Amino acid sequence: MMELVLSLAIGILTASGVWLILRPRTFQVITGLCLLSYAVNLFIFSMGRLTLAQPPILPRGGLVNPELYADPLPQALVLTAIVISFATTALFLVVMMAARGLTGTDHVDGREPDA
Amino acid sequence: MIEQNLVLILILLPFIGAIAVSTISVNARNAAAWIAGLVFFGGLVLLVAIYPPISEGRSLHAVINWIPALRLNLSIRIDGFAWMFVGLVLGIGLLVVLYARYYLSKADPVPRFYAFLLAFTGAMIGILVSGNIIMLVVFWELTSLLSFLLIGYWYQNPAARDGARMALIVTALGGVCLLAAMLMLGHVVGSYDLDVVLGSGDLIRAHPLYPAILGLFLIGAFTKSAQFPFHFWLPGAMAAPTPVSAFLHSATMVKAGAFLLVRFSPALGGTEAWFLAVTGTGMATLVIGAMMALFRHDLKGLLAYSTISHLGLITALAGIGSTGAIVAAIFHIANHAVFKASLFMAAGIIDHETGTRDLRRLSGLMRSMPYTGTLAIVASAAMAGVPLLNGFLSKEMFFAEAVGWHNGTWLDNNLPYLALAGSILAVAYSLRFIMQVFFGPPALDLPREPREPVSWMRLPVEFLVLTCLVVGIVPGLSLGPVLNMAAQSVTGPDTPYYSIALWHGFNMPLMMSLIAMVVGTGLYLLLSEWIAKGPEGPPLLHRLRGRDIFDAALLVLSWKWPRLLHRLLGTERLQTQMRLMVLVAIAFATVPLLGALQLGPQRHSTPLDPAFALMWLVGSACAVGAAWQAKYHRFAALILLGGAGLVTCLTFAWFSAPDLAVTQLLVETTTSVLLLLGLRWLPKRNEEIPGDRLVAARIRRLRDLGIALAAGLGMAAIAFVVMTRPAIRNIGDWFLRNAYHEGGGTNVVNVILVDFRAFDTLGEITVLAIVGLSVYALLRRFRPAAESVDTPRQQTSEPLDLKEQMFVPAVLMQWMFPVMIMLAAYFFLRGHDLPGGGFSGGVTLAIGLLLQYIATSVRSLEARLIILPIRWMGAGLLFAGLTGMGAWLFGYPFLTTHAQYVQLPLIGQVPVATAMLFDLGIFALVVGATVLMLIAIAHQSLRAGRGAAQETPNRKQGVAE
Repeated sequence: MMELVLSLAIGILTASGVWLILRPRTFQVITGLCLLSYAVNLFIFSMGRLTLAQPPILPRGGLVNPELYADPLPQALVLTAIVISFATTALFLVVMMAARGLTGTDHVDGREPDA
Repeated sequence: MIEQNLVLILILLPFIGAIAVSTISVNARNAAAWIAGLVFFGGLVLLVAIYPPISEGRSLHAVINWIPALRLNLSIRIDGFAWMFVGLVLGIGLLVVLYARYYLSKADPVPRFYAFLLAFTGAMIGILVSGNIIMLVVFWELTSLLSFLLIGYWYQNPAARDGARMALIVTALGGVCLLAAMLMLGHVVGSYDLDVVLGSGDLIRAHPLYPAILGLFLIGAFTKSAQFPFHFWLPGAMAAPTPVSAFLHSATMVKAGAFLLVRFSPALGGTEAWFLAVTGTGMATLVIGAMMALFRHDLKGLLAYSTISHLGLITALAGIGSTGAIVAAIFHIANHAVFKASLFMAAGIIDHETGTRDLRRLSGLMRSMPYTGTLAIVASAAMAGVPLLNGFLSKEMFFAEAVGWHNGTWLDNNLPYLALAGSILAVAYSLRFIMQVFFGPPALDLPREPREPVSWMRLPVEFLVLTCLVVGIVPGLSLGPVLNMAAQSVTGPDTPYYSIALWHGFNMPLMMSLIAMVVGTGLYLLLSEWIAKGPEGPPLLHRLRGRDIFDAALLVLSWKWPRLLHRLLGTERLQTQMRLMVLVAIAFATVPLLGALQLGPQRHSTPLDPAFALMWLVGSACAVGAAWQAKYHRFAALILLGGAGLVTCLTFAWFSAPDLAVTQLLVETTTSVLLLLGLRWLPKRNEEIPGDRLVAARIRRLRDLGIALAAGLGMAAIAFVVMTRPAIRNIGDWFLRNAYHEGGGTNVVNVILVDFRAFDTLGEITVLAIVGLSVYALLRRFRPAAESVDTPRQQTSEPLDLKEQMFVPAVLMQWMFPVMIMLAAYFFLRGHDLPGGGFSGGVTLAIGLLLQYIATSVRSLEARLIILPIRWMGAGLLFAGLTGMGAWLFGYPFLTTHAQYVQLPLIGQVPVATAMLFDLGIFALVVGATVLMLIAIAHQSLRAGRGAAQETPNRKQGVAE
């Protein structure tokens, strides 16, 4: 029942991430984005099903039976996703720093709420 | 074969000329004119070269397969009609080039003018010779775009800008309608090939989509040809330089609509709907345009409305659609182009030499400009349809068609009267043009002293007027064969030879011509005084201007409504936007999955390992903890976030994804350090934010919690349902089977990234490079908030000095540096066969450098740093790109790789693939981008101190005192 555990984990990561991106402070949002990216990466990865101890690393030469290996496609996709989420996090961080310097607040709207 | 190549050259030549002209110096007026002239001349030579096969009634084809799967081919097809039209475009174009050379002043950027003109010609020829109806629309829109640029050539002039914008909006909208019509046509016929479409007339006319196709098609044609009620853009376009008006708005572009109507009449025409819509619009335009022309005071305005009127005449003929009507339409296309171009040029000369275009100010120019005056009088006579001139012949043919019986509808019965009315008005406005400008007492208050222009500027007009005369006197000898060839290519090879003659005896059309001339002259004599005193436009009608309606509509559509919508629906608050986005995402996932999402019959299940469950217990606690603490305890939240990331990384390792585990671990490290560096610049949060405990805030949080739980539950449910179903074998199998043989590597994930899907990776590293540069650029002007400027308490607090605390770790980290470099090299080299690769290696090296930042002071490291991140990034991107292009040298597509193993002394067998070179590019770029970002952020602690010292000297002084 590893599947159940992992899907619960994805759910919890998603919920925490979504809750955070709805918050008003920039740091909360960036933390939320990181959590959400874990959730999404795990989700995409899990679409290839869970396989134990069968990494997609082949022996040299000869024909192989694909059923003996984990699906490499979601892995390749997630690898790209990890890199891109790293890039967006970095960009967001800098925008966050610059916005704080410019506006004097860390509220996502660039000013404290009126009420 | 050689003819096909000639056709290809014909269509490419103007574009090549445009590029050539646009790259030469702004002052090279003569060079630009020469290149443009040679291109037009070369085009005409090519046209003559392909005349023999065309004159036999064949059409030449040249096809370049582009996307055969979508039936999109670059297909060129030139037949008699297209040949004649291309000849018209090139011939008048050549004269316009000469004319424009003397028309444009020294201050104008002449090469730009010729570049646009050439590109426009290319697009126009493209419309005429397209063998694929989608390609035709592309060229169609291209002419709209280039005419926008040409009308707006004097962009300093607001009227030019407005006219250009209006022309673009109207004609481009028509183009969109045309595209829709063509797509539907392709759907109905099953092919986008012009020949097939033209041959399927019966199929199209019987199809239920026919009315929609016809409507959209006609909107496209009518907007381009300035037919009522879309005519209003053409007078506005008269703000263009006169050579442009002469070329585009009389001879060529506006005729594209007429061309389309004639060309597609075998496919779409022949129905009553076609007759009523096309002939009806044409006749309305003919009469209304002629009436507007009569009341215009602006010389070019009069000619513009006269053009509208003549286009109406051609449209009406295309609507009648009989063989005689088609011949007449084609004949009038050519005739009108010749006399109207010469009239526009004459108007340009008058404007150029006198400084005004107002008919009420001009007078008696025959004395100072006798040659130009004579030429203009002959051309106007052609416009009015006076015998012995070309305009007379095609007008007679039009009268003959109007009188003939077609289908007995009310429109058909009234055609002769409408035609006569239009013709009477044409005589009147032509007469007004001549009498006002050239006769009467000499004008006294002209801005410039009128005189004859340089003879080169008059030459094109002379040539055109001569053509009017030759065609008018010996039509059968001059234009007869070409005209018949053109008509046959439209109506079919069985069309009888249509003999054009000057004299047909005293018949009905001749009587109508005589009536028109007598009544028209009378009308002018009666009204001329009154018109000159009146407003710009016919009485009453001048108040109702299409242009004003257009402007009002534009204001409402592009300003008022969007603003209203924005006020009603928009918000500038990010939280609201995010909430909406999440809700929409949830809704979009829920609606299709509701009911469909259920567990499969056979469960696919992996036995539970308690350690895994325990691990995720910690991971989930970390995630929830991070969510809980992120507001007031950022550092704690960051550590917890790292915990969740580590568990994610272990999960990848657990389920056979070592590459992901390695990458995630490295990225996690880097992200944590980045965020740590950023923490310093955020506001202190020692006390509670006011309002955080209010009921409203609590309700908000509760609502968001509900949304978050719904999102989490949904994701968990989908993930569980999919994961427990048996796997569907997919393209992953193909990658597994072929990674070794095709990609030369045993690590399939790496082979996918650097070989099979290398293009994606190239895009990805480009994104990384852009982000690196953006970070750098954003931080160059970074100004921290005042409260963050001072050195943090932790760095200054006594007695525990930070330097002393960090001494041992610093030494360790410095010793680790070579090890990190080794590790990076190791990851990089094994990448193709075992977990690792350029990305992991690059991040590892970047982390190694980062450790040095932490270990030593920023200043001393920056002084010694030999990595120049931007160069590494550039080199990496270049290397990856060049490796991809290297495949071209061997005749393979971009990014094809070659692989083999090489025996190296001491190291053993090393996989050497060109993919490895690509990976090296990735490596360099990742090192560069990551280091650039880290340094840019870390560097701020130096800048901040310095910047604060410069910006707030008073405060510092205050402290010192």
